[in-house]
Amino acid sequence: MCFPTYRQVGWLLARGYPLVKLINQIFNNNDDPLKGKQLPVLYSARDFGFYSLSGNVGTRFGHAVGWAMAKAYRNSDDIAIGFIGDGTTAEGSFHEALTFASVYKAPVILGITNNQWAISTFTGLATNQDTTFASKALSYGIPGLRVDGNDALAVYSVLEWAADRARHGHGATLIEFFTYRSGAHSTSDDPERYRPKDEASLWPLGDPIERLKQHLLANSEWSEERDDEIQKVLDKQVTESLKEAERIGVLGESKPDVREMFEGVFKEQDWRVKEQLKELGL
Amino acid sequence: MIMNMVQALNSALDVMLGKNSEVLVFGEDVGYFGGVFRVTDKLQKKHGRHRCFDTPISEGGIIATGIGMAAEGLRPVLEIQFADYILPAYDQLVSEAARLRYRSNGDFQAPITVRAPYGGGIFGGQTHSQSPEAIFAHVTGLKTVIPSSPYDAKGLLIASIECDDPIIFLEPKRLYNGPFEGYHDRPLKPWSGETESHVPEDYYSIPLGKAKVKKAGSEATVLAYGTMVHVALAGILESGVDAELIDLRSIVPLDVITIEESVKKTGRCLIVHEASKFSGFGAELSALITERCFYYLSAPTIRLAGWDVPYPHAFEWDYFPSPDRVAKSLKQLLED
Ligand SMILES: Cc1ncc(C[n+]2csc(CCOP(=O)(O)OP(=O)(O)O)c2C)c(N)n1
Ligand SMILES: [Mg+2]
Repeated sequence: MCFPTYRQVGWLLARGYPLVKLINQIFNNNDDPLKGKQLPVLYSARDFGFYSLSGNVGTRFGHAVGWAMAKAYRNSDDIAIGFIGDGTTAEGSFHEALTFASVYKAPVILGITNNQWAISTFTGLATNQDTTFASKALSYGIPGLRVDGNDALAVYSVLEWAADRARHGHGATLIEFFTYRSGAHSTSDDPERYRPKDEASLWPLGDPIERLKQHLLANSEWSEERDDEIQKVLDKQVTESLKEAERIGVLGESKPDVREMFEGVFKEQDWRVKEQLKELGL
Repeated sequence: MIMNMVQALNSALDVMLGKNSEVLVFGEDVGYFGGVFRVTDKLQKKHGRHRCFDTPISEGGIIATGIGMAAEGLRPVLEIQFADYILPAYDQLVSEAARLRYRSNGDFQAPITVRAPYGGGIFGGQTHSQSPEAIFAHVTGLKTVIPSSPYDAKGLLIASIECDDPIIFLEPKRLYNGPFEGYHDRPLKPWSGETESHVPEDYYSIPLGKAKVKKAGSEATVLAYGTMVHVALAGILESGVDAELIDLRSIVPLDVITIEESVKKTGRCLIVHEASKFSGFGAELSALITERCFYYLSAPTIRLAGWDVPYPHAFEWDYFPSPDRVAKSLKQLLED
């Protein structure tokens, strides 16, 4: 099971989650799989191995450890992977998860997306600049790896190594993925207020997709024609999915039945919900 | 000077940083950036990086560090980016800040002020919209202050900083840029048209625990705080009922005398809050009214609140108490 942050929507796509469904969640429309209960982009998709996201940062890092321990308890080979942002490593939940993962040798991979920014603050505020996030693993007695997060093949190989280690009962690994947040933190953020305008253009480690492409081209495993081709196919898929979701309705135009608001608080509704539904005229 | 609530809060912090070198302001993104809601804008530039600074993302760390500083004698003003994110610090607030003076028999105290934007109406979904006042009101040793206008926000924040007790200062973020009456489909109103946007630039304070009669009336009493003061007023006007509206301004300390006088006069009471109803602060208000005004009551007290569900993103306007629901409740209160 994957325990993502809001930065890992790519996992959902890689696992074949339908694009239309994803956009329906963003629109909170009638077909929203989460029935309007959660903020756009805070997906949940158990069938795709994607744990429920929440607005609170860090709070699911320990769940990855618990899930992994549950799998070990069942003598299953399954493992768990949990991610956290560099800024969020300051939360207690980061340290609690590492303590439990190391004490119980949980079959878990714990990843840090070090994109060097946490809204307006740089990594020097999340940890002392004389250390790295990866090296925090040492004090917990587990391996800590630091990898160029924009090198797809390097990312693949460290994950493979850590997964193998977990599956063979050697316990947890902490991996720092060194990368850069080139865009704004969110749609309501303006990075020009706290970092130089041209900072993103000076980032030396490039775009991971472009880098992988160059690597494959150099090895004659890929061609510009095939690249153009796939780009067109994907563009079309995205546009068509967007149109389909728009037909159901964009944010505010269409929403699930208001009764959904009361579903799922408890497994069975108590008298309060019944009375309040009535008060709403439902 | 005309100020919106963000500017009024900024002015309170600016005045206190200037007046008292023991005041420090810190929290996530509050220093260089000036806060995600701009409440601490330019304070670092003006007062220096030792007075106003950024912290790691660790609410428990922010509050624990603040308590240590306050125990030493400083006056930290701590920002929690959203009230929804205060929970990692709940242990520090409940077991430490609220208990330090009592358990040390006055040896130490924790005069921290914890500012946190709270409340809904901003399309923020579950974790940017909640109203957690009741979980603080229940903790003996914590005070909870909730302003409803720029003028009150500045005066109450200054009083909070000067108070020797730990304070949770909840800022109704939907009111930051203008009064909001709950008509979400109408154009935004700025603060500039309102008398309460006239805010003195200098120091002034408003005593904690003094409610404000926002509108006098004789047929019913309406109790509200924060955003709901404005929604309640709109609902009263919609209903045509001659209701008295009391803005509590702080729920601990609670101005029980003003409440009691009003309810004894009107004989009917409606309580309005955004937080869900069950065990919400309305339950305490309702119990106090029953205990103190029972023989004066002509009708059972009504609580109008959020439904007993987590804050539901797509159903924000079904959840959020509206002026229509206030008007309906008032009419019911008069019929009972
Ligand atoms: C408990 C909690 N505190 C504060 C916030 C507000 N907040 C949302 S994202 C964020 C920055 C997170 O930075 P980082 O961990 O580096 O993740 P990134 O966004 O860079 O991937 C903050 C402070 C929150 N969502 N939850
Ligand atoms: Mg980051």
